[in-house]
Amino acid sequence: MNDSTKNVATPPPVPKKKLQMAVYWGAACGGCCVSVLDVHEALFLVLEHADLVFWPIALDTKYKDVEAMPDKSIDLTLFNGAIRNSENEHIAKLLRQKSKVLVAYGSCAHMGGIPGLANFSTKEKLFQRVYKDTESTVNPDNIRPQTSYTVPEGELTLPVFYNDVKPLDKVVDVDYYIPGCPPQTERLVDVFKLIVTGATLPPAGSVVGVFDKGQCDCCKRTKSDNKKIKKFYRPWQIQDDGETCLLEQGIICMGPATRGGCGARCIDANMPCRGCYGPPPDVADPGAKMMSAIGTMIDSDDPMEIQEIVKGVVDPGGTFYRFSLPSALLRRTVQ
Amino acid sequence: MKRITIDPITRLEGHGKIEIFLNDAGGVDNVYFQIPELRGFETFCEGRPVEELPQIVTKICGVCPGCHHMASGKAVDAVFGVQPTPTARKLRELFYAAHYVHSHIAHFYALAAPDFVVGPTADPAKRNVIGVIEAVGAAVGTEVLKHRRYAQEIQKLLGGHQTHVVMNLPGGVSRGLNEEERKGIEEKAKSCLEFAKFSIKIFNDVVLANKTYVDIILNGPYSLNLYSMGLVDENNLVNFYDGKVRVVDQEGKEHCKYAPNEYRDWIEERVEPWSYLKFPYLKQIGWKGFVEGPDSGVYQATPLGRLNASDGMATPLAQEEYERMYATLGGSPVHATLAMHWARLVELLYAAEHLLALSQDEEICGDDLRTPLTNTPREGVGIVEAQRGTLTHHYWTDSNGIVEKANIIVGTTNNHAAICMSLKKAAQALIKEGTPPDQGVLNMVEMAFRAYDPCFSCATHSLPGHMPLEVNFHAPDGDIVRSVRR
Repeated sequence: MNDSTKNVATPPPVPKKKLQMAVYWGAACGGCCVSVLDVHEALFLVLEHADLVFWPIALDTKYKDVEAMPDKSIDLTLFNGAIRNSENEHIAKLLRQKSKVLVAYGSCAHMGGIPGLANFSTKEKLFQRVYKDTESTVNPDNIRPQTSYTVPEGELTLPVFYNDVKPLDKVVDVDYYIPGCPPQTERLVDVFKLIVTGATLPPAGSVVGVFDKGQCDCCKRTKSDNKKIKKFYRPWQIQDDGETCLLEQGIICMGPATRGGCGARCIDANMPCRGCYGPPPDVADPGAKMMSAIGTMIDSDDPMEIQEIVKGVVDPGGTFYRFSLPSALLRRTVQ
Repeated sequence: MKRITIDPITRLEGHGKIEIFLNDAGGVDNVYFQIPELRGFETFCEGRPVEELPQIVTKICGVCPGCHHMASGKAVDAVFGVQPTPTARKLRELFYAAHYVHSHIAHFYALAAPDFVVGPTADPAKRNVIGVIEAVGAAVGTEVLKHRRYAQEIQKLLGGHQTHVVMNLPGGVSRGLNEEERKGIEEKAKSCLEFAKFSIKIFNDVVLANKTYVDIILNGPYSLNLYSMGLVDENNLVNFYDGKVRVVDQEGKEHCKYAPNEYRDWIEERVEPWSYLKFPYLKQIGWKGFVEGPDSGVYQATPLGRLNASDGMATPLAQEEYERMYATLGGSPVHATLAMHWARLVELLYAAEHLLALSQDEEICGDDLRTPLTNTPREGVGIVEAQRGTLTHHYWTDSNGIVEKANIIVGTTNNHAAICMSLKKAAQALIKEGTPPDQGVLNMVEMAFRAYDPCFSCATHSLPGHMPLEVNFHAPDGDIVRSVRR
């Protein structure tokens, strides 16, 4: 404050309507909600700018209360978790109706995430394994959880378990995507600041809370422009030197097919990227991108040798689509 | 038949639903605690390279990801028939002690303390962590968040990420510690130990000094006569990371002590058609339904279960507190469900002492981080104590280390039957015939559930400190005749 304004009475702050915000989980682990809480002591600061009107991890609000809210009365909803059952889908539709801006928050809502790996199997196979064949399970009558079951006292119900895992945008329109498993808290804070300061938001459908550059450009390891390798290794088959690009050492790393945003955290811990931030803007399918990246790296012209080298990439499907199977071109295996 | 439906149970880590059926007189007939979700990790772990599982299974739970990472890492070691190097093992334990510190601090202050510091039947608007802070001072609130952050930062440093950690490789870890980092951890550990001692003092001053609370703990409707399970070291002392699983009976006599790869001799799981979550029980005793006593295979695997199943703690201050707890509560084993909160603080003290000792260990900065692998991979079991119960991962692979089958028994799953029974017992004792329950009564029902810190509860991460209940009284034709909320 300079001298000329010193004696001017400060006008009372105009009471600004706080941001009405909701956080919800579908088929999720809770890690996305934890990423929100990892603002630590700044949590109280967030609460100065936002009213959390629905957040099952932390608040009392019930489905019925959300149903009673006027349409579009929630300014911002962060929906984490995939669509695995009928309850997930029902709440996704309800929150779409009540929210001005709906964000797919985290890898599961964005692309299907780890639970989406179940699309390599089927509901029947999954139930058979979990409820019948697991080695500690004793179930001679082959009892399965029922969506409606009558106990002596009355009827008990459970949601319908779907055959396929879906990302959020397969059941409702999504305004923005914040990727990550879980999203980096710092990126969420960036987006939050953008919204509360009233800045112009990017066009609907954008991926936000990310860096402009790709994962490899965020990675501190040394890289050559001309990667050539003769053999792929699994992380335990080789002693990583801690400095050279993991791919150049022959360890499959999803960096080339991944958007920057996490700060290359796993690589900093000497472990390869698995692509939780999803493909970069110009890449439609992370698996196709990885295959082409690997293709250019193989140091051989001999078809037999190439075939041998490629064999070193074990589980390409489960690795290249670790977080993205339900949203990829592949989507699931044929049943 | 009237019924009370609580759906969804909010402030849960995951989804849950409680159905309370009332008889015609208004008393409680039966209670069902349902888990309406399943993701089926056992299935989609199949086909993955086994060394990827420690990173995949953390996504089972974002609240105790470190437990899954450790159990899985140990199972992968077993698949390759390898032991981690001494430094690697200590780094894993260092990480794991921080994981416990973070979780137990948050549970005590955010979930347990509101019932005791503010009061079990207090105004629900005050009965939360904010109310706790008002009662004990804002400085304490800041200390709670600060020490949770310290523990998260230690995990982040060692594991790459504070939530979905990536440190374990077969036979060791991916990253070592330098002296500067070690010093930083040591300072944080010292602070966490002081904070753990302070937490015990709060429990002393607020709970134990209050005769009403001690009476609720010892004589309230919060007691279940169950078997107790926990991981112990070679001296039968509590160990979170390694050892054998010991189960004691209702009198404290050893029922079994098994190595991880023997778990199927002692544990079986049952399927009920009304929940997606299974019900484990003691195989040698058998499933006799939702009943207590030595003839029922239902057991608890909780902080109290762990202390009951052990002969003590491996660190001096925790041992002192362990002795004081049992001296106060009439000797081991204790079956008072609410004593779980005290047991959790004894464990917090142990975790903080262990964290500090490891941070000062001369091998902790070693650079021998991985044991070379020489065996053909095949099959392995890994067990750790998750904060919320004994956690078992079992993998089978082909000779190339590609997973053929996986079986996982998760911490809270152990307690699924016990939680159902605790809820029913509390509801039957507290919801009186002819008098619809008020919010205080409902909270006291809920206290039975909260003591378990179930993994689908948001135990560690909820800001307000109580689980809301909405109770609808249904007339026999299904109409809601009365609704109570808090």
